[in-house]
Amino acid sequence: MSRRGQALLAAGLVLALLYPLLVRAAGAAGLPLSPNYLINTGMLICFTAFLGQSWNVAGGFAGLTSFGHVVFFGTGAYAMAILQVSHGWNPWLAWPVAAVAGAGVGWLIGALAFRAGLKGSYFALITLAFAEVFRILANSVPFTRGGLGLLVKADPRPANLQFRDPIWFYYLALGLCVLALLIAWRLTRTRFGARLVAIRENEDAARALGIDVYAEKVKVLVLSGAMAGAGGAFYVQKYLYVDPWIAFGVDKSVEMLLVSMVGGAGTIAGPLIGAAALTAINEVTRMLASVVPALKNVQPLSLIVYGAMLILIVARLPHGLASLFGRRHDHPVIPSAARDLPRTTHRASGRGRSLAALGMTEGAAGDRPHDPGEAGRA
Amino acid sequence: MILGRRDVLEVRRLCKAFSGLKAVDDAALDVRAGEIVALIGPNGAGKTTLFACIAGFHKPDSGVVRLDGADITGRAPHRICAAGMVRTFQITQPFATISVRENIMVGAYARTSDRDAAAARAEAIARQVGMGAQLDRRGADLTVAGRKRLELARALATGPRLLLLDEVMAGLNPTEIGEIVEVIRAIRTGGVTILLIEHVMQAVTSLAERVYVLNQGRVIAEGTPAQVAADAGVVEAYLGHGAAARLGGAHA
Repeated sequence: MSRRGQALLAAGLVLALLYPLLVRAAGAAGLPLSPNYLINTGMLICFTAFLGQSWNVAGGFAGLTSFGHVVFFGTGAYAMAILQVSHGWNPWLAWPVAAVAGAGVGWLIGALAFRAGLKGSYFALITLAFAEVFRILANSVPFTRGGLGLLVKADPRPANLQFRDPIWFYYLALGLCVLALLIAWRLTRTRFGARLVAIRENEDAARALGIDVYAEKVKVLVLSGAMAGAGGAFYVQKYLYVDPWIAFGVDKSVEMLLVSMVGGAGTIAGPLIGAAALTAINEVTRMLASVVPALKNVQPLSLIVYGAMLILIVARLPHGLASLFGRRHDHPVIPSAARDLPRTTHRASGRGRSLAALGMTEGAAGDRPHDPGEAGRA
Repeated sequence: MILGRRDVLEVRRLCKAFSGLKAVDDAALDVRAGEIVALIGPNGAGKTTLFACIAGFHKPDSGVVRLDGADITGRAPHRICAAGMVRTFQITQPFATISVRENIMVGAYARTSDRDAAAARAEAIARQVGMGAQLDRRGADLTVAGRKRLELARALATGPRLLLLDEVMAGLNPTEIGEIVEVIRAIRTGGVTILLIEHVMQAVTSLAERVYVLNQGRVIAEGTPAQVAADAGVVEAYLGHGAAARLGGAHA
């Protein structure tokens, strides 16, 4: 990591650790916003960044664009709730099991989809289908109590992974967020990560260079599933409730994908930046809607802002907000050379990736190999 | 076998058809250790398909591919790469958003999991193929010649004993061709055996000890560049039926 990156990270970490104390001090000094509200918002940013990173390791680094990432989140959430409610487990023990459950679903979907050779939009759709199937199952099988959902008994004791003071959930979420950043950072430094990027950029070339594409893809989906599963478990502990829509609804999938895309898919800090931006939009629009009467019926306002923002980012900043800060992506926004490249997939460039995630692909005409010496012979 | 030189690659009775069309039809060839062998033939002769079958990208319908005596027919490309054979692509396939160094490191990671070792190897190989000054450029920003060299460099980084090069000179100007011919010769001197598909005859004659000519999926001639150039069947494959007789008349 660059010196600048290290300094930034250290400063950010110190600030994040002090944040609850600072807002409480500010609250005592007469800040109009409640300190607990601000701490909760900070918790949400960290937690959303963690979930976004779970999408990012697969979708951003390896190019496995998923529309149904919630399937891992929901599996972890239900594992956490069922183990506690129906089997009396301690949540500290149930948490790793929830992560393993998420990993298991990652393995299952990966093994099925990649063995069948599903890529790009097909993979995206298959994950969406899995999420929907899981949602319907959660609605209908007895051990999830269907649409009623599962209520975890409130018993706020640290031994029970429940806390009266929101500060502890904040620190827990911060821990998850830092862990996710470390995972992403490792990916930029290791063979595994290099192989994922190679697969994203060009699968055939990756295979030729000795990469077991199938195994690497399954591995990263297992990692991503474990992360999202752990996130689902955290959610259950924080809100003490889960139902099929919370666990497997499409909202959360979109959120995970969105924070990565907005922040910068395939970058270390992208999901964190995206989570901060989206959480801020969420909170500001909610406040606006409560203050401005004309906006009361425009619900939810945040979605409209998200939509506009996503369009802007895809059009003007295909590498996400992170490209405003990072050095890595300081090349022209839409590199002309990238458009002239021969492509076997429509995800060869960041731009194509963004469009693919929206379910659009660039026209075939723009995708033709443009290699003067080969065009005629290919 | 011949002259006591060991066969690195043996292909026997290899067939591959696509919905009835026989792209490769009973092909056989040998490449011996330390050789540079060229595979030539008119467009659509099946050269690239034969390469793909040898390197594991297509599963042949029948036939055998042996690498150093071991049967590798139909094995997955990554296992064939681990066994010491690697191919490049006619249509270059750079990893567009990462640097030349990182591109080559992906190949180097085939032999080491250590990042520093992979980076050092990538830099050494970049210098070897004349890309030492371009290590930090992105794959997407390379010229055609740069991409061809990158294909070569990445493949070489996997530490192969046998390198399959698919038209690494197509689209290059004569100066660039001259440079890459020297690079390929140096790679062979370094102990790597080479089988290449090539249309640039100047390069074939200056590089290859032996040439196989493929037409309509079949090997129609084999020999030194001079021998195959004089072969009536080869001339007809390129110039059409009766061409050899007409040319022969002119020469006589």
